[in-house]
Amino acid sequence: MTHWIIAPVVLPALLAPFIVLAARYHIGIQRTFSVVGVLALIAVAFGLAVQASDGTITLYQLGDWAAPFGIVLVGDRLSTMMVLLTAVLALFVLLYAIGSGWDNRGRHFHALFQFQLMGIMGAFLTGDLFNLFVFFEVLLIASYGLMIHAGGNARLRAGVQYVLFNLIGSTLFLFALGSIYAETGTLNMADLAQRATLIGADETVGLRVAAVLLLLVFAIKAAVVPLHFWLPSSYAEAPGPVAALFAIMTKVGAYAIIRVYTMIFPPELEVTSGLHDVWLQPAALVSLAIGMIGVLAAKRLDRLVAFSVIGSMGMVMVTIALFTPEGIAAALYYIVHSTLAGAALFLIADLVRSSRRDLDLTAQAPVAGATLTAALFFVAAIAMVGLPPLSGFIGKLLVLTAAYDSEYVVWIWAIVLGSSLISILGFARAGSVVFWKATSVAPADDAEAATPPAILSYVAVGGLIAALMAHTVFAGQVHGYTTAVAAQLFAPEPYLSTVLETPGKLSTPKEGY
Amino acid sequence: MEMLVASAIGVMTAGGIYLVLRLRTFPVIMGISLLTYAVNVFLFTSGRLTTGAPPILRDGVAIYADPLPQALVLTAIVISFGMTAVVVMIGLGAFLGSDDDHVDDPTDENEDRAGDAS
Repeated sequence: MTHWIIAPVVLPALLAPFIVLAARYHIGIQRTFSVVGVLALIAVAFGLAVQASDGTITLYQLGDWAAPFGIVLVGDRLSTMMVLLTAVLALFVLLYAIGSGWDNRGRHFHALFQFQLMGIMGAFLTGDLFNLFVFFEVLLIASYGLMIHAGGNARLRAGVQYVLFNLIGSTLFLFALGSIYAETGTLNMADLAQRATLIGADETVGLRVAAVLLLLVFAIKAAVVPLHFWLPSSYAEAPGPVAALFAIMTKVGAYAIIRVYTMIFPPELEVTSGLHDVWLQPAALVSLAIGMIGVLAAKRLDRLVAFSVIGSMGMVMVTIALFTPEGIAAALYYIVHSTLAGAALFLIADLVRSSRRDLDLTAQAPVAGATLTAALFFVAAIAMVGLPPLSGFIGKLLVLTAAYDSEYVVWIWAIVLGSSLISILGFARAGSVVFWKATSVAPADDAEAATPPAILSYVAVGGLIAALMAHTVFAGQVHGYTTAVAAQLFAPEPYLSTVLETPGKLSTPKEGY
Repeated sequence: MEMLVASAIGVMTAGGIYLVLRLRTFPVIMGISLLTYAVNVFLFTSGRLTTGAPPILRDGVAIYADPLPQALVLTAIVISFGMTAVVVMIGLGAFLGSDDDHVDDPTDENEDRAGDAS
């Protein structure tokens, strides 16, 4: 048993207190350790992804206690892919935070950043539902700190909403876990998957309630309408790099839905039939529509990007709710795309904010470094709305193809295509008002020449765009891999047997016990 | 005992939801605290209600108390305690900064309510 799989959790967990305790007054040392830590995370995550790519399922028993009594970490294709995505995103976000000086505008940015990474990585790797709750709380409490980083009234007010909404979500999560434990007597995902099939069709009330509550919790995280109200103001008011990191947080909700509702409550399970197609699919379609209408209606650039995140999460959820291997494969391709595109857009909105009075979509004097910023916005917007040639287009094509056999095909095609048109209009309007109309406004007389953003900021945004382009160029390979991921999800027997049949330290009783 | 515990959870949840819907920071935080109390008791009962039973499997003991929910409750208490502390601090910061303890976004009608209140 190698210990590498716990490194994505332990490494940030050790770095964060070190940064707080030993380097709190030295921003240079903080930055160095943070960047080195994230680079090491990328290396570890890449190693884990390579290890899992041939279908191997890596099991890590904490304290050598066998499941279902001990807590396990499980690395399969899906979790290692998400871990790698998080690590890559974290690097660019961190570079931007350093380049733009955001990390120096309040205390403890780097420590909170590491704690946030620890929570996200743990949520992707854990094989236990209660442990998933704990890692959700770790990532949330770090995100509360990051969300109000650098302070300000508007940000604190949005922070209160964000914290309260998530506290209610956590309470629901606990209610769901309590019901599941009362019904099945276990919280280990693999063990649950086996026991859920054993429950008779006439004794399903408790488990049904639990499955719906759990879906609600994950839908809050994934910002599915009507549980999306926390997202627009908190993402818009959060500091730019923090909002960009939060782009992965909605995907944690999507990941949890994929994991729990393919393994524990799969679509063919009678106990929870109707949950996917009757409830999740229409909600996902409405989120897609609302998100893209919000893009058109937004009066500020940061809100516009926040609504585009809701819309793209709607797209992801539409595809997940099909619960077919093709659907999950398309959804995973789109998750990678929308994480990178959403993060890039939040960073670009921050580039614009750095030399403007506010982010209102009104004509104001040109921002510093307007040419390059505008070009980046143009590319990222094309990716986000799904126009050719970038990965958004390929993702949308995969979504439409996967939906072809669904009973909702008319609705899905109509809403996906219609919302694309609306979001194209929204982004085109925003871009032309912010960047083109600006040339007709003379700068105010007393305005000082604003300094253009640092090179490092552009490197970070450019890196995300380059990752998007790689995601487009290697679309065939990536989609092939996500198909393999989906195949593994829909054949969970190796996962179950690895988790449940690996012996721990008490499996062979010794004399004296 | 079942009736008593079940109705306690129900009353606390109902009170918590009512307070959460009040839309001002203090009642909402009180409501969330009530909800977390309710969920703690709920988690505790998810291992079935027993009195005077040992929590460890031993020879000769037929009825035992499930120890796992107790561990879960402990974790949940610690987490909700920390989270409540965080939300009190952030809520206090927001109130002191803008002189307004509403949780919802200001709309056009009530934009100047902070001024009216003072």
